[in-house]
Amino acid sequence: MAGNLLKETFPDAVQKIEDFRGETSVTVDAGKIREIMAFLKESEKLCYDLLLDLAGVDFNDCTPRFMIAYMLHSTKFNNKLRIKTTVAEGASLDTVSDIWLAANWMEREVFDMLGIIFNKHPNLIRILLTDDFVGHPLRKDFPVKGRDFDKPVQVCLEEEQ
Amino acid sequence: MGVEATAAASLQEVINWARKNSVWPVTFGLACCALEMMVASSSTYDIARFGAEVFRPSPRQADLMIVAGTVTRKMAPMLKRIYEQMPEPKWVIAYGACACSGGIFQTYNVVQGVDQIIPVDVYVPGCPPRPEGLLKGIITLQEKIAVEPAGQRNLVSLPWGNNG
Repeated sequence: MAGNLLKETFPDAVQKIEDFRGETSVTVDAGKIREIMAFLKESEKLCYDLLLDLAGVDFNDCTPRFMIAYMLHSTKFNNKLRIKTTVAEGASLDTVSDIWLAANWMEREVFDMLGIIFNKHPNLIRILLTDDFVGHPLRKDFPVKGRDFDKPVQVCLEEEQ
Repeated sequence: MGVEATAAASLQEVINWARKNSVWPVTFGLACCALEMMVASSSTYDIARFGAEVFRPSPRQADLMIVAGTVTRKMAPMLKRIYEQMPEPKWVIAYGACACSGGIFQTYNVVQGVDQIIPVDVYVPGCPPRPEGLLKGIITLQEKIAVEPAGQRNLVSLPWGNNG
């Protein structure tokens, strides 16, 4: 239902529609993500008003390298939809944090862990790691334990500087 | 030994006796070890037997910091600030494997032992240690306090001074 409606509305942007055990996944173009997301939320036939989760995946050797998955839920019709889109390394994606406010911190987490830039995000800074951290730990080429994890930590408080 | 020296040594014994029997911990828990620390103050284990039942909500009123749990790198500045806010003399128990050495978290986001940030007096191993472990740690700390000579404790933030 949601997939067909999306295909009719955005015939060029929808790449693939998968149905598996009652779960629908739609792969769309990254460039049209804002229009598609606004349509999914505002459309009275769909009304996906709740963003459950926003996650990034690193496929490392594949091209494009990253995938972003949006898990949507409609509180009106009580059904779910998964939207996927791909991002190449070094490319960026438009934010959806003005469509669902919940996306603000989720996009910050994806930025923190995978280093994907979200255009026009109001506050795109690290959320889980310290501000001076170098690298993005959920990338597959990041060492599992991290670099220099066993070196002594220097903690300098503001008043000591 | 002169009279003054004997009197000073006796005075230090009295001071140490008073200090070791009223070690007030600061309310500070980081992870699951903190639950074991809370259980230690229950009626079953009764940390009050050692004069350490008064968990102070303010570091200004505390003598002991029980670092109970995993110290992440993001938490490290806050931990150090709370330690610096405690008045001298102050002691630290590293409670549990994570506080002692990083424990199972050999990773970029966890401090590999709280002794990299603040000086530690007693290490209690275990994952998590049982409440008896904390009691044993406090008894060990009391034994350590009881024999501290005068002028032993240097101020961490003031390298030139000490506090008895």
